[in-house]
Amino acid sequence: MPISWTRKDLLGLEELSKEELELILTTAESFKEISTREIKKVPALRGRTVVNLFYEPSTRTRISFEVAAKRLSADMITIAVETSSVRKGETLVDTGRNIQALKADIVVLRHNSSGAAQLLARHLDISVVNAGDGWHEHPTQALLDIFTLKEKIGKIQGLNVAIVGDIAHSRVARSNIWGLTKLGAKVIVCAPRMLIPPGIEQTGVSVTHDIDEALYNADAVNVLRMQFERDEGAAFPTHIEYFQNFGITKERIAKLKKKILVMHPGPLNRGIEISSEVADGLNSVILEQVTNGIAVRMAVLFLVSQGHDKKYENTDKKRPGR
Amino acid sequence: MKILIKNGLVVDPANKLNEISDILVEDFKISKIAKNLKVQADQIVDATEKIVMPGLVDMHVHLREPGREDKETISTGTSAALKGGVTSVLAMPNTHPAIDSKEAMGLLKDIIKKTAHTNVFISATITKGRQGQALADIPMFKKQGAVAISDDGSSVDTEDLFLKALKKAKDTDILTICHCEDKGLSRNGVINLGVVSTRLGLRGVSRESEYKRVERDIRLAAKVGARIHIAHVSCLESVDIIARARQKGIKVTAETAPHYFALTEEEVLDYNTNMKVNPPLRTKKDAEAIKEGLRKGIIDVIASDHAPHTDNEKDIEFERAEFGTIGLETLLAVSITELVDKRILDWTELVKKLALNPAQILGIDKGTIRAAKTADLIVVSPDREWLVDKDSIRSKSRNSAFLGRKLKGIVEYTILGGEIVYAASK
Repeated sequence: MPISWTRKDLLGLEELSKEELELILTTAESFKEISTREIKKVPALRGRTVVNLFYEPSTRTRISFEVAAKRLSADMITIAVETSSVRKGETLVDTGRNIQALKADIVVLRHNSSGAAQLLARHLDISVVNAGDGWHEHPTQALLDIFTLKEKIGKIQGLNVAIVGDIAHSRVARSNIWGLTKLGAKVIVCAPRMLIPPGIEQTGVSVTHDIDEALYNADAVNVLRMQFERDEGAAFPTHIEYFQNFGITKERIAKLKKKILVMHPGPLNRGIEISSEVADGLNSVILEQVTNGIAVRMAVLFLVSQGHDKKYENTDKKRPGR
Repeated sequence: MKILIKNGLVVDPANKLNEISDILVEDFKISKIAKNLKVQADQIVDATEKIVMPGLVDMHVHLREPGREDKETISTGTSAALKGGVTSVLAMPNTHPAIDSKEAMGLLKDIIKKTAHTNVFISATITKGRQGQALADIPMFKKQGAVAISDDGSSVDTEDLFLKALKKAKDTDILTICHCEDKGLSRNGVINLGVVSTRLGLRGVSRESEYKRVERDIRLAAKVGARIHIAHVSCLESVDIIARARQKGIKVTAETAPHYFALTEEEVLDYNTNMKVNPPLRTKKDAEAIKEGLRKGIIDVIASDHAPHTDNEKDIEFERAEFGTIGLETLLAVSITELVDKRILDWTELVKKLALNPAQILGIDKGTIRAAKTADLIVVSPDREWLVDKDSIRSKSRNSAFLGRKLKGIVEYTILGGEIVYAASK
């Protein structure tokens, strides 16, 4: 049964229902065709203003949102931290209020602090779309991953999906876990023990530290980017150690009985978490993910612009500040 | 000046009182406690169906003055205390400057004398500047009137230095209050390490970071024979370790704060920074263990760990927000709601935890109603409910973890030094 979208924000997939997830995916399906036209533009958000507010360096997510907004005919402004008054000590909330005062309609926020999108959303009346907050969630990335899976395999229900890499510090992993499990997929996460966060199995996933076990029965593997600059990286003396034990290689893929789709949120570390042969090989859908990102983000921008609930009003008492 | 408090249930464990009585306060002192007193008085307080107990002694309070008067002052903090039924507080020394010298103590005592609305007792630091590098002049603190030493906010990490501190404290006969946190283990964690920190993508604080330090501090205290008091116990393992130490006869006492038995890590799920406290809110199991520890008397004291912060320091990104909740105004009501109402403690045990025990641990002449003693007492309506909302808060900061909650128990009157200094609105 079709439902209508009521949320003003998209902060994460954890709080969404299965029906809401499906609504985003079907909306994205209808938007995908637009990008194949000669004139890649519809007037759905004409006259609306979307602001990209990015506190972390990002190329693909930022550009993907820009393209998505423009294909919906919205006006798009990008604020990168280095060029704004944020450097002068302005708080996130004050920056958000200023954007609201400019009569923008949607803020797309990328921030290095988990919960930043929640903070902004409860202070603003305009829509907030989370483009990644700390280690918490990156909902549009997971949505485009799921969209790609569904497009390639035809369904999500019953699929086996492996997520490999730094689960502890990955917002992509968390959003994928919520989205996939709500839609009926079975998720197995795979990482060295130190990169598995406590209690992760309570989110409905199984856990392994053996890459071959993770891949054995998987319809798809989502390979996370390894970030060795983290302090936990000190425990990996060389990138080779990680690659040998957890890297997705041609040999590992060749051993499998069924075809596996290989996904990666980018940017790739070739030869660290994935070999070039696999990244560029027949199993890889990495570039299709990028294409699908546009449709998914168009859907999200379109839906939140229709959503008007003030879900935070009722819980004001529980919250700090105001 | 005579105040007659009629017909209240007088609960005073120091004198084994737990009966309906009248109390006559005369010339700032308690002159009579008896049934049906027939005397003339200037003021009569009808305490029918109310409880009369000693003024509360809150041994863990951050008043922020000197240095952070934007968060709280001794005046505003002690005014909030009166509303909460607290007539004596122990001021923690992590101010700016820290209370680590004779000059700083002098400054603090001067402000207290001029502006405090309650009795304010002083904890000085263990080390200079709370830096954990060099010991402060502990005997001087005692001479200047400090009743405890603590580097609260930090533990003295170097074992050898802490051992020396305990020896000095033993020589001086002063209480050492231990903030048990191994920062090498808690790292930059902001909430309890577990499934909630995993879901929220926040750095977790392990339980080990607390209880390993409780273990160490008790071991060192036992070696020296010094008196130590473990501040803000939050987890099950700490309760067990303290219980075992007590069985061995080691001189250790312990406190918890209302948020550790009333709240759990689940409260953080919407990134509510008022729930960001140190040590962090733990699990339901821990909260149950704390309650059991209180019931069995393993945890001696409930203290607020009143930690005021401005909106600017709280209404920001979770990781950047300061740790702490205010608590002076909710200390009693949360304890009534969660402990007395749920039959974990009776009134006598509650008064021990909130008044008598902390007074005895600090060695101060408070925590009891006694004839001829300076009268610090409160009259409480145990069943009256109230909503904790921002407008009702007297503290200068409003960062309460209990905002939006309905609590049972209102302080109707606070009598300090024989005078009614606070009366609730009807």
